[in-house]
Amino acid sequence: MPAKAAASGSARLDVKKTYKLFIGGKFPRSESGRSYVVTDARDRFLANAAQASRKDARDAVSAARKAFAGWATTTPYNRGQVLYRVAEVMESRRDQFVADVAAGEGVTRPSASKAVDLAIDRWVWYAGWADKIAQVVGSTNPVAGPYFDFSVPEPTGVVAVLAPQGSSLLGLVSVLAPVIVSGNAAVVTASYRRPLPAITMSEVLATSDVPAGVVNVLTGQLADTVPTLASHQDVNAIDLAGAAGDAENARLLEVAAVDNLKRVLRADDVEPDWTLDPGLSRITRFLETKTVWHPMGL
Amino acid sequence: MTTTTRGEPAIAARTCLATDAGGTTWSTAELTRFLQGLPSVDQVGCEARAAALATRSIKTTSKSWAIDLAISMIDLTTLEGQDTPGKVRGLCAKARRPDPTDPSCPRVAAVCVYPDLVPVAVQSLAGSGVKVASVATAFPSGRASQAVKLLDAADAAAAGADEVDMVIDRGAFLTGDYRRVYDEIVGTKEALADAPRPPHLKVILETGELATYDNVRRASWLAMLAGADFIKTSTGKVQPAATLPVTLVMLEAVRDFRAATGRMVGVKAAGGISASKDAIRYLVMVNETVGDDWLDPGWFRFGASRLLNDLLMQRSKQATGRYSGPDYVTMD
Amino acid sequence: MAFEYAPAPESRAVVDLRSSYGLFIGGEFVDGHGSPFKAVSPATEEVLAEIAEASDADVDRAVAAARRAYTRTWSKLPGRERAKYLFRIARIVQERSRELAVLESLDNGKPIREARDVDIPLVAAYFFYYAGWADKLTYALPGARAGGPAPRPLGVAGQVIPWNFPLMMLAWKIAPALACGNTVVLKPAETTSLTALLFAEICQQADLPPGVVNIVTGAGDVGRAVVAHPDVDKVAFTGSTEVGKTIARTVAGTRKSVTLELGGKAANIVFDDAPLDQAVEGIVNGIFFNQGHVCCAGSRLLVQESVYDDLLARLKRRMATLRVGDPLDKNTDIGAINSAEQLAKIRELSDIGEAEGAQRWSPPCELPDRGFWFAPTIFTGVSQSDRIAREEIFGPVLSVLTFRTPDEAVAKANNTPYGLSAGVWTDKGSRILWMADRLRAGVVWANTFNRFDPTSPFGGYKESGYGREGGRHGLEAYLAR
Repeated sequence: MPAKAAASGSARLDVKKTYKLFIGGKFPRSESGRSYVVTDARDRFLANAAQASRKDARDAVSAARKAFAGWATTTPYNRGQVLYRVAEVMESRRDQFVADVAAGEGVTRPSASKAVDLAIDRWVWYAGWADKIAQVVGSTNPVAGPYFDFSVPEPTGVVAVLAPQGSSLLGLVSVLAPVIVSGNAAVVTASYRRPLPAITMSEVLATSDVPAGVVNVLTGQLADTVPTLASHQDVNAIDLAGAAGDAENARLLEVAAVDNLKRVLRADDVEPDWTLDPGLSRITRFLETKTVWHPMGL
Repeated sequence: MTTTTRGEPAIAARTCLATDAGGTTWSTAELTRFLQGLPSVDQVGCEARAAALATRSIKTTSKSWAIDLAISMIDLTTLEGQDTPGKVRGLCAKARRPDPTDPSCPRVAAVCVYPDLVPVAVQSLAGSGVKVASVATAFPSGRASQAVKLLDAADAAAAGADEVDMVIDRGAFLTGDYRRVYDEIVGTKEALADAPRPPHLKVILETGELATYDNVRRASWLAMLAGADFIKTSTGKVQPAATLPVTLVMLEAVRDFRAATGRMVGVKAAGGISASKDAIRYLVMVNETVGDDWLDPGWFRFGASRLLNDLLMQRSKQATGRYSGPDYVTMD
Repeated sequence: MAFEYAPAPESRAVVDLRSSYGLFIGGEFVDGHGSPFKAVSPATEEVLAEIAEASDADVDRAVAAARRAYTRTWSKLPGRERAKYLFRIARIVQERSRELAVLESLDNGKPIREARDVDIPLVAAYFFYYAGWADKLTYALPGARAGGPAPRPLGVAGQVIPWNFPLMMLAWKIAPALACGNTVVLKPAETTSLTALLFAEICQQADLPPGVVNIVTGAGDVGRAVVAHPDVDKVAFTGSTEVGKTIARTVAGTRKSVTLELGGKAANIVFDDAPLDQAVEGIVNGIFFNQGHVCCAGSRLLVQESVYDDLLARLKRRMATLRVGDPLDKNTDIGAINSAEQLAKIRELSDIGEAEGAQRWSPPCELPDRGFWFAPTIFTGVSQSDRIAREEIFGPVLSVLTFRTPDEAVAKANNTPYGLSAGVWTDKGSRILWMADRLRAGVVWANTFNRFDPTSPFGGYKESGYGREGGRHGLEAYLAR
């Protein structure tokens, strides 16, 4: 272990990472100044992570809103390349992801490694959808009259994403990628007990052409941030994946989301198996269909 | 005219006409810019509006009223190579008294013939109040030299026509030579002015050859700016002739022209209108587009030959409650 | 000379009104156990019939009938057979179209011309369109395998519809639900139940298996009972945003899937290069169609300042030709306001508009003495912060605002919690697409307005609700993922 190496005096003291929030492309500490202890699966200290506050959640929403317009109008080809770039950068940091996942989830290195592989591949899979989803879910509508009528999918806007509590990397990627691939901006709350892969992911996102604010990551007790996100009038949708198994909390969040009629993706009773084929539903849940009519005449 | 504001043709036209009542100082470029700056017409929307107006249900007393009004707006027309003085005299008799059995039946507005038959019509209609209209300017194609066309018009005027229906040069219009079309209309107007009683000038746009409603609107304005007293849809020799949407666009043009200049211009829907039901639809459209002022034979006309008999049969149905038949109306 | 149109009333004789109506449960008309209420003609305040009110127990029975029909019959029926029932319904609607149109006009107050030319033809069209989907559902969702198993229906759908397009809203709800294999319990609005009950008769004529369609009548409480019923799998609602939110709270934490089609405050944007005469028609159609009782009504007119005077003059001239009066007269353009309550709301907001300093204008028009009437009205000098520019009035009242640049038009149009529809009028193709791309609204009508078609998805952004009705997209609300 690094600590031992340092104590022996025979090797250099390693530089430990400070785990911070990711808001608007920057890595601030929590505005509250608070942090909490992250331990591994066997309760050993791993890091102090930032305890995001309501204010941090609000800042994250502002950053996401600011980024949304630009990201939504980025060409799909470009968005696809940006997501693919995320996979590339992840690949280059796979060792750290493997270490984060293994420590946090208490799985073996080969098992963690497999999760990282799947997570990288999932970015690649979703990257390809950027310029295809409109062709699959859009349509031209043969109306009974002299009109050209077509329907196109558009991103919903700012989406709050409660990342799964269990699967700290594959689960995170499986809920984040489908939200941003179509042009939404996301505010993600990381797994409370296993936040490190999400923070490392933030560092990947910050260095892979994802515009600042398109993804914002909050760590800490969900109770401090999620109610704020659920009731925030400038959040358009919320994915409750991270509330799986906590039915009453999920219900309260869904009720809070009604104030501005957020689109709600409900949590499952138990966290799903993220290794399965994800299908399109997580993309389409955060799309709006816009139908445009125009007369055809001289 | 110095500027043409897009979307504000009325104001632009007013500016122009205030400085130049005859319009003769329009430069070619200004004329083109002005006409191209008129608000466009969306075909689908225009046709939808015309179709919606056609759903009006005109019954009982309003139907009787409309039938009589329609009769009084007819330019009873014969424009055939086989026309003879006898045929024209017959038509004139019918024009004076469309229903010989019913003196309450109104007379038609005018009889419309070729220039050489104008003297026959003038003689037959003397004292009746029915006007004599004559087509001219190398009707229907307009494909003759300007000199010939002007002589044609002057000839009709000299023969005593009250109204002259000229055709525009559609070829020139479609190539964008608006100036030429404009000058021809102005020239014709001047040629008519030399007659002892200068006839009214109706300008036939031949909308069936203009292809788009945008062109119909431009041609309407062009004719009005050049001094037309009436704008008329068609010669009757080209399909489609008058249609409801084309007439709608022309009605909007005369409405906007009056708003801009204060001058009223008449509209004549000619060709293809043969049923009373259709005639009433035109009257509804006049009523709801330009209003009462145009519901007068002085400002709206039907150019038709067969329409009169159908109106007469409907008139009889209104009066008697039973449907009439072709044997009970006269054939001219 | 003035062209007066003589009255041209559509005959009521085609409608055979009963003195009282029951609920339609399990294929039969049955008594309700609540307090009966009266159907009133909004044009005359005449009582048309007495209608049963469903009690909670009645709603229970209706849901049970729907469940039974779902389990035993409808979900087991091959798609091609379900299709045939829906085709039958479409045909019967066409056969009885005159009767349906007259009854709709009588009960709702809308002009017979609209009921005849818009509502009822669209009802038939929606059934015809979705009928054809019933045996093609494997092609309905992306990712489904051709020839593979059809996606599953959800079960029992609880549907609550508004009073503005009573039968059309019924068709929008029932046709896709049944095509996908669901059964339904539908609650029409309490002021417009009659065509839904006539539709029940049509279901009988079509030999639709009992319980596939159940209709429970009554006011908000009945709707609440339907929505909250534990054996309802799917909730579909069209109506106000306020009620929509209540419904969303009710179903929170359940497995019920929900679609909501709610209010709107659409901007109808006119640029100075627009086809002005057609734009005027679009503005009139946008706000005065169906007395403005339209969720997607173009209730905010945004006019480019350079064409403001010209457009307003045209609009006022056109408004002066609108014929307000007897809905059954074939020449009526604007009928009666649906209820005294709605009339009071329109009056209140209009008064507020005046109090806030906007200029009110209506063409001279005589309103009948009895019944609920409101003259077509425009407000000019409206600012973005005025209540009449922000709140849905749901009546024939247009707020006129101006803009100078396309960016300003987009910003003003989007500056609302609603996002149902928008209109754009310009002759420039690239500008249309630029605008359509930026408007946060589920339907953008360019150089047209208020067009509907069964193939065309309809529904809102933001507080105008979620889910789409119409087209392939409309099936997604009724199929399990």
